[in-house]
Amino acid sequence: MIKVENLRFSYFDKEEVLKGINLEIYEGEFIAIMGENGAGKTTLIKHFNGLLKPSSGRVLVDGIDTRKTSVASLAKLVGLVFQNPDHQLFCETVWDEVAFSLKNFNYSEDVIKARVKKILEILDLTKYSNSSPFTLSGGERKRVALASVLVWDPKYIVLDEPTIGQDYRQKERLRNFILQLVTQGKSVIMVTHDVEFVAECHPRVILLSKGRIVADGPAEEILSNEEFVNECSLELPQISKLMKALKDLGVNQKIIDVYSAKSYLVKMLKR
Amino acid sequence: MSLRVFDGFKFKKLNTPIHKIDPRAKFMFIIVIFALSLLFTNLIGLTILFLIQLPLILLAKCGKKWLKTMKGTAFFAILIFIMNFITGSSFAFSLAMTIRFLTLVSSFSLFFMTTSPDDLGLALEQMKIPYPLVFTFTTAVRLVPTIAIDAQTVIDAQKSRGLELEKGNLIKRVKNFIPILIPLIVSAIRRSMELAEALESRGFNTSKKRESYITLKFSSLDYITLILTILLLVFGIYIKLYISLPQIDLPIKFPTISFYKTFLKS
Amino acid sequence: MNEPIIHIKNLTFTYAGLEKPSIKNINFNAYKGEFIVLTGPSGCGKTTLCRCLNGLIPNFYSGEMKGEVYVCGLNTKEHSTSELAKHVGFVFQNPENQLFSLTIERDVAFGLENLGLPKKEIKERVEWALKVVGITHLREKAPYELSGGQQQKAAIASILSMKPEIIVLDEPTSFLDPKSALEILKVIQNLNKQFGITVILVEHRLDFVAQFANRIVIMNDGEIALDGEPSKVLTEEAYLLGVGIPKVTLLFHQLKQENFKFNKTPVTIEEAAIELRRLLK
Repeated sequence: MIKVENLRFSYFDKEEVLKGINLEIYEGEFIAIMGENGAGKTTLIKHFNGLLKPSSGRVLVDGIDTRKTSVASLAKLVGLVFQNPDHQLFCETVWDEVAFSLKNFNYSEDVIKARVKKILEILDLTKYSNSSPFTLSGGERKRVALASVLVWDPKYIVLDEPTIGQDYRQKERLRNFILQLVTQGKSVIMVTHDVEFVAECHPRVILLSKGRIVADGPAEEILSNEEFVNECSLELPQISKLMKALKDLGVNQKIIDVYSAKSYLVKMLKR
Repeated sequence: MSLRVFDGFKFKKLNTPIHKIDPRAKFMFIIVIFALSLLFTNLIGLTILFLIQLPLILLAKCGKKWLKTMKGTAFFAILIFIMNFITGSSFAFSLAMTIRFLTLVSSFSLFFMTTSPDDLGLALEQMKIPYPLVFTFTTAVRLVPTIAIDAQTVIDAQKSRGLELEKGNLIKRVKNFIPILIPLIVSAIRRSMELAEALESRGFNTSKKRESYITLKFSSLDYITLILTILLLVFGIYIKLYISLPQIDLPIKFPTISFYKTFLKS
Repeated sequence: MNEPIIHIKNLTFTYAGLEKPSIKNINFNAYKGEFIVLTGPSGCGKTTLCRCLNGLIPNFYSGEMKGEVYVCGLNTKEHSTSELAKHVGFVFQNPENQLFSLTIERDVAFGLENLGLPKKEIKERVEWALKVVGITHLREKAPYELSGGQQQKAAIASILSMKPEIIVLDEPTSFLDPKSALEILKVIQNLNKQFGITVILVEHRLDFVAQFANRIVIMNDGEIALDGEPSKVLTEEAYLLGVGIPKVTLLFHQLKQENFKFNKTPVTIEEAAIELRRLLK
């Protein structure tokens, strides 16, 4: 479990960015952290692997206090995938890029070989093993960045804006992949403002606004709530807007995704 | 000395009289301080020159940042003092040289903290420096904070993959900078390409003659600054030539070689 | 039928160093005042096509270009990008890398300075562009002081001041939160409706933009696959190409499979609500 206790944080002597966050993230949970730009989402996730240390309060990862541990050791538990893959790619081949972290963690050569091979297969990157990561397309580079973090099999996987610039098919693939990880018992935490993507995934949604948690609950509850959504510069999912437009007909207001909408409407129409 | 010393050279947009002065007038002032600090070797004279800047720094609301710069250059300041003292100069002289150094750093720091790169660019343009050069300069200045943020992101990303920058011997530490440098350079190149594309699409070309939408004009504040600067220069030269400033000193001298000779003899 | 404002004939382009063309056999006409959404899976050639519209191809990006592109009557092979910039404005994805000055006002003037316009006219156009986009109160601010949405508005104002007949926007809302994204799209819609500026908008998230478009062009693998009115184009076929059709449209396709009948395939929430209301009564 990742436990956040009264976390307050400000950069140097500037204004407070996080104003008292209390949060518990359990194993195998799928969470979306949402909120307007500047709400503190990225600042919050950087506390999970110790990149940032609390100004006051504390963050415990499986009982370990992040203030007293190095980023390298916390990283073994918490894998953080940054938004822009170009901020990390530097190796001559995709293979080396993915193996980099395992070398840092002092895994043996045999283990490195096996793990890198496996993750490249899973993410459909085997054909690029010997290619330079710089020659790949944007979407492929994003997959390499993801592979380079998943390769050491962290318990908690944090994704910062994984859907920006991705087309529909890439997002579908990502969604299925995340759901697979969750079924395997991993915790997946994603920072995003892609409301439609979250609506189709049904994670637990945590809404951050101006450094505070304003809402925490299932996606259907949070994303169909106009007040919450407006406070955080988000929009209601399309399906939710549709349900709102039909409110007077007594339609269920908590439906946010296409599949649920279809099942519900088919039932209603067949009556 | 940390990277914080550069904070003292970073422009911050504030609404103070010092910020409002035309960069050309400000630069004249800095040059005169520079010249006078080279002209004087007297401790009292240099101290006064240094102290003149303090009210200006406070007026420009840059006190905190200026202090950070002073702290950052403390290492070099002490080094200058020691180098002068060890080679036989008097205590007063060594201190004077240190203060000269600090005066120079302060004045340039004050200039850059209160002058926006855009205005600086305009000043250069109006002094007939070719536009493409000026644009290169202002863009580079504009990009420094952006690239600094990129650098921090790259460091964060690689740390998150287990990279430990503080560990290992010298060779390992140098090697550990490759995962930082390469993404940074690649990002910088990508950014430049995007900027170039956007420039082209905005009709930027080096052949046509350009008339700048905004031009710098001297206001009364700037004329006052110029007059005060000239007065300072005249006054300074007069003092140097005709008035001898009191010498104050501490009767300390670094042991010279003759002292050692006598010491060894006995 | 009046003359097309964009006329592309048999266009094929291969970037230098690549073997395969990024776009092939493009035949495309756009007419004044259209609001066209250009979409398709990653790698389909959308950005390449856009670059051909303002001369970045072939002037900035080298490669082999076959076929002709005419924009406002000008052949893009025969005019420099800076000349074409008078007619075609380009707004990029990342607001950070398209703002050059330290104040918004000067950025809006930047393009006009490049065109060599007299000061008086620059001043008038800057005031006008700031007002139309609604950011006059931000004129003294530096780009880093603004939010992503405000920065994009500034970028749009900087292009608008040059009074182009066509504005091309390549995924301008990618980095913006949903609220800011909608604001930007409304600004663009206003430019189209009020000033008759032809808009070419590249976007993946059709949920946001389908409501503004009067024409959708879907590309796949370097070619134009579908082109027409939104309700005609956003079909099962589009979905199978990997295009993220609006959720309400997807819902209706699925309901159709359950044998429910509709008058029209909805593309917006309003249309969907009307159809559903009819069915539920």
